Amino acid sequence: MRFEVPELPAGAAALRAEVRAFLAEAGRHWTPAVRARSWMGFDRAFSREVGARGWIGMVWPRDYGGQARSGLERAVVLEEMLAAGAPVGAHWIADRQSGPLILRLGTEAQKRRLLPAIARGELAFCIGLSEPEAGSDLAALRTRAERVPGGWRLNGRKIWTTFAHLSDYMIALVRTSPPPEGGSRHLGLSQFLVDLRASGILIRPIRDLLGEESFNEVTFDNVLLPEEALLGREGAGWAQATSELAFERSGPDRYLSSFPALAEGMEALRGAPGAEAAVGRLVARLATLRQMSLSLAAMLEKGEDPAREAALLKDLGNAFEQALPEALRALLDPEEMPPPLRALLDDLVQLSPTFSLRGGTREILRGIIARELGLR
Amino acid sequence: MREIILEQTDRLLAEEAGVALLRRVEAGEWPGALWARCEELGLPLALVPEAAGGAGLAWADAAALWQVLGRHAAPVPLGEAMLAHALLAAAGLDAAAGFVTLGTSAAPFGRHAAAVLRHDRGHIALHLPDSQVPHANIAREPRDRLTPGPLIGQGRLPQGWGARALRLGLALLRAALISGAARQALALAVEWANTRSQFGRPIGKFQAVQQSLAVAAGEVAALEVAVAAAARAVDRHGMEGAAFEIACAKVMAGEAAEAVAARAHQVFAAIGITEEHALHHLTRRMWAWRDEAGSAVTWAREIGRAALERGGARLWPDLTARDG
Repeated sequence: MRFEVPELPAGAAALRAEVRAFLAEAGRHWTPAVRARSWMGFDRAFSREVGARGWIGMVWPRDYGGQARSGLERAVVLEEMLAAGAPVGAHWIADRQSGPLILRLGTEAQKRRLLPAIARGELAFCIGLSEPEAGSDLAALRTRAERVPGGWRLNGRKIWTTFAHLSDYMIALVRTSPPPEGGSRHLGLSQFLVDLRASGILIRPIRDLLGEESFNEVTFDNVLLPEEALLGREGAGWAQATSELAFERSGPDRYLSSFPALAEGMEALRGAPGAEAAVGRLVARLATLRQMSLSLAAMLEKGEDPAREAALLKDLGNAFEQALPEALRALLDPEEMPPPLRALLDDLVQLSPTFSLRGGTREILRGIIARELGLR
Repeated sequence: MREIILEQTDRLLAEEAGVALLRRVEAGEWPGALWARCEELGLPLALVPEAAGGAGLAWADAAALWQVLGRHAAPVPLGEAMLAHALLAAAGLDAAAGFVTLGTSAAPFGRHAAAVLRHDRGHIALHLPDSQVPHANIAREPRDRLTPGPLIGQGRLPQGWGARALRLGLALLRAALISGAARQALALAVEWANTRSQFGRPIGKFQAVQQSLAVAAGEVAALEVAVAAAARAVDRHGMEGAAFEIACAKVMAGEAAEAVAARAHQVFAAIGITEEHALHHLTRRMWAWRDEAGSAVTWAREIGRAALERGGARLWPDLTARDG
């Protein structure tokens, strides 16, 4: 595994200033609860504003609503958004992986229909992977699509689907033919663009430990999908779905989720015993993780597939964003914290278990790293 | 140039260093033959500009070379010599013959030095060594207290080097050495995990072992990035201008040293702590080097103090402003 420390392109500083000015204005009234959630918070109005500025799908060709900017410029926009705790969840998934997948594998009609609307911040996507019996063992999934005249009939159940209840589309990985006798379970899977308004879809939000509804159980009961719902090639779903893992695991959402608490906490921490060393360690690691994430953005830009490097970054980054709230709490009694800091940390403490679950569990990621090391 | 020198150094150490020499050097011997080969290849002058007779390596290249030294637990103070000659050249002094050590309070291989470089707020003085009190770090590398003898040269570093150029340069050297040693300790542990069998299979087949080494791999990769970022910052902004990145690298080095040494030893179990095993030459160096030129807590305090003074609203802007 190699991480080259990248050079940011010439226009990066100006773009950064532009994004920062926008966020300073847009974020004037964001509460600690909004900033704690950031990419885990859903705000369509904000996403439309971001889209209007050309910051969604910004690396896509202009023909499809993009701005033909570079991957590193996009990385600048994303890290600014998360450092500010912006509520980017309504466009985050589509910008990060659904859109790129459609751009790469979609038909011309799919691209023209979906990408410009995503770029405007008007279409929200969710990811249909996990099922009740298929979590980390994703290939055990059972949801199936059968060919019927004019399209496909979908039956089965997805679970833990973030924002399904608020999204327009799901890209679902489902079985379209049984795995060959004695062959790989990765065969016979396909991806579908599922319009969540179709009849036969029941979306049931699952209340989480915060008392909120952010993930869902999605049941497909004889849902009829048109022919053009198939994304990419029939039977190639596994390879297609896993090809986006480097995009999914390398971004700033994998190490910056708790950053707003660090920025918020600095004033209160001044003078706290041990604060200098503890903050210094956090900043040193933050600066390093940032270089690693930018390095992956540069690799993706060059068309490489740093899937294993991304697994490593996500594991390191998740550990950091989980440790950060606890590090601050170790320096300052929560009862003596200023209320906004306390509020941020109370939310982050409850949100942080998901950091090392969503997008690949810690154990799966470390398994990938171990295999890359030559173990197993 | 960079690739040739890295390859030459790697080959040289593979052929002429090794555990036998490490043992002799740790027992007090000067690695005369290896040092002579380093000099033949011009390695001590690698950071000296070509116009002054050196190889003109960038700091980024030097850091990569130091990682090679770390991987081999090189029983020769080549990194220190490179740094000494870089400082001498920058101060306009002629290259001194023989090994030049750094400082007088814990001079690396000071007892074997032909000259000693002292640095005080940009002022460089080169002395012949006089008497010395031998001392060693826990890697049993000589770290001697020297009394400087006659002054044989002096000069000033250009502005950009700053008032603590030697300490920053040494911190970068130690971080780079640790990253090389940690990479090698990890490689040895992986090899052993695939070899050593218990319960009827290689221990590397057990998830507990896999996951532990995966964590070590993360720390090594992060440290390598931190070192590369620090060296690049020196190339761009000078030694003092790279103080933040060097501090980050030394913090990450301290954390990686702890995690990787502990996990490598855990995989090797009892055999790894025997004197005859190669592992401890790497792990004792990581433990020694993490404390030299400022430990993680010292550099973390420097980073943290500045960040707390600037305040939370400046943290992200300050971090990103260092990109240019």
